[in-house]
Amino acid sequence: MSREGWINALLLAGVAGVPLWAWAVDEPFTITLATRAAILALAGVGLNIALGLGGLVSLGHAAFFGIGGYAMGILASHAQAYDPIMEAPILIQGTKSMPVIWLVAVAAAALAALVIGALSLRTSGVYFIMITLAFGQMFYFFAISWPAYGGEDGLSIYVRNGFPGLNTLDPIQFFGLCFALLLLALLFSARLAKAPFGLALNAARQVPTRVATVGLSPFRLRLVAFVMSGAITGLAGALFADLNRFVSPTMFSWQTSGEIIVFVILGGVARTCGPVAGAALFVALEHVLGDLSDYWHIYLGLILLAVVLFARGGIVGTLAGRGRAHD
Amino acid sequence: MTDPVLATDGVTKRFGALAACDGVSLELRPGEIHAVIGPNGAGKSTLIQLICGGLAPDAGRVTFRGRDVTASNTQARARAGLGRTFQVSALAMEDTVLQNAVLGALGARGGAFRVWRPALRDPALRDRAMAALERVGLADVAAVRTAELSHGQRRQLEVAVALTLEPHAFVMDEPMAGMGPEGSARMTRFLDGLRGQAPILLVEHDMDAVFALADRLSVLVYGRVIATGSLAEVRADPAVREAYLGEDA
Ligand SMILES: Nc1ncnc2c1ncn2[C@@H]1O[C@H](COP(=O)(O)OP(=O)(O)OP(=O)(O)O)[C@@H](O)[C@H]1O
Ligand SMILES: [Mg+2]
Repeated sequence: MSREGWINALLLAGVAGVPLWAWAVDEPFTITLATRAAILALAGVGLNIALGLGGLVSLGHAAFFGIGGYAMGILASHAQAYDPIMEAPILIQGTKSMPVIWLVAVAAAALAALVIGALSLRTSGVYFIMITLAFGQMFYFFAISWPAYGGEDGLSIYVRNGFPGLNTLDPIQFFGLCFALLLLALLFSARLAKAPFGLALNAARQVPTRVATVGLSPFRLRLVAFVMSGAITGLAGALFADLNRFVSPTMFSWQTSGEIIVFVILGGVARTCGPVAGAALFVALEHVLGDLSDYWHIYLGLILLAVVLFARGGIVGTLAGRGRAHD
Repeated sequence: MTDPVLATDGVTKRFGALAACDGVSLELRPGEIHAVIGPNGAGKSTLIQLICGGLAPDAGRVTFRGRDVTASNTQARARAGLGRTFQVSALAMEDTVLQNAVLGALGARGGAFRVWRPALRDPALRDRAMAALERVGLADVAAVRTAELSHGQRRQLEVAVALTLEPHAFVMDEPMAGMGPEGSARMTRFLDGLRGQAPILLVEHDMDAVFALADRLSVLVYGRVIATGSLAEVRADPAVREAYLGEDA
């Protein structure tokens, strides 16, 4: 196994080991923290496909995270109120079933990514960042001004949604579910990076003219990457809402987009497990420093500065060294 | 006379007041190497951009294999069988030599939307890429990062990527640029053998290579073709003697 492989294994063992230990010593709050880290990592894995492989700096991924969250919130709130979402022309009921909610979250986020991507991928660089930011803000203000689903106050879901065969109210079981999805997404993104699609997308990031000259469309590659990226971040949004049993417009805020970027940069851009390292560190800092000071973001800022200035590969990149050439 | 594989018909491209290409008409016939020469800034690279779809002409038409491709984009022209190399290497520098060649093989396959099997373990892609690398003599460095290649090797890789496409015509912008005499001589021998596979539109400054390879020659000066024909015809052309080749030609 490569050095990065060992680091990844260690990292995942840590993310799984901490909650198992917490479960053994009956510390449910620590399990919740680990679940939060796993879910945020999943959102980062999604962004990493666009940002790391595709070089697409999206400051609008909160849109997909929030869409996932609201997909859960809307479906579950109708189900808990026994109030169908719509009756005509066809009857659509809410649901408390996680697999169905996930499917809806992924599909809705993918659709939004298709539309946002088709419009914003015509630009690049700073313009792309600004357009994605603008789309994110549109969703944010839309959510605030949509009273049917709580407006500014958001939506509370009283009981966590269910998964066949599991008791999702048990923190360790819900963690297991989230961790399993994270592993699946990591497997997918690792395969993707080496597959023809990843190779072409990665080349389109470096030399789009070359990619066009061999007959492939950089735009289409990026658009598909953006859709996959948004879909995974949307799934994370649904889980995040389920973890908190609460959805609010904050999920759509540009700060959320910024935080997802921070996970990726802290952990290591284009490194498969970079977002895991980044999100875990973020949650740990938030917990430890947040107890000490309300201004813990200052320390986060300093760490981010150090990474950008002295450790461009992020946590994983710095530990693993330059990899990926010989395969 | 056989139909040309590739032809431009009065293509014009202006950058502001400057006509970088001004009514350029030329033909690339099956089996030939057609060299385009001209001083710096004559519009040779602009012409290649117009042919390959990187720029849209202000006037004129480009036909390739009997079809008007003037309105097609770069991807469509590549898929129709145009294999281009760049004056300044355009390669994925972070990737290995093999990965760059596999990218070409993916283009030849017509799509890259597979997300599961590793590209480098796909025998069809790998064989095609390795065959091209072997032909240009880069098989030994297949696993090396492209950024670590010498300048000459990058020029060879440019050609190898075009080879993976098995194109119907090659369009090469100064493939020997900055290669050194030995490298140029090797590339010249290689291109000599390549014309049997597909005709080559060859922009080149290296006159030894041009005289050794060209079946026909066009001279571009200030965006206009001032002469076209066999080597002997062009050498005898008084306008060319004056404008470009100098007294000793
Ligand atoms: N994108 C552009 N915008 C403005 N002017 C351009 C552009 N591209 C090329 N030119 C100008 O058009 C003219 C032709 O340039 P071109 O690169 O085609 O020349 P060339 O014959 O390839 O020269 P060289 O032998 O140096 O490669 C030059 O004067 C150049 O400055
Ligand atoms: Mg040029």
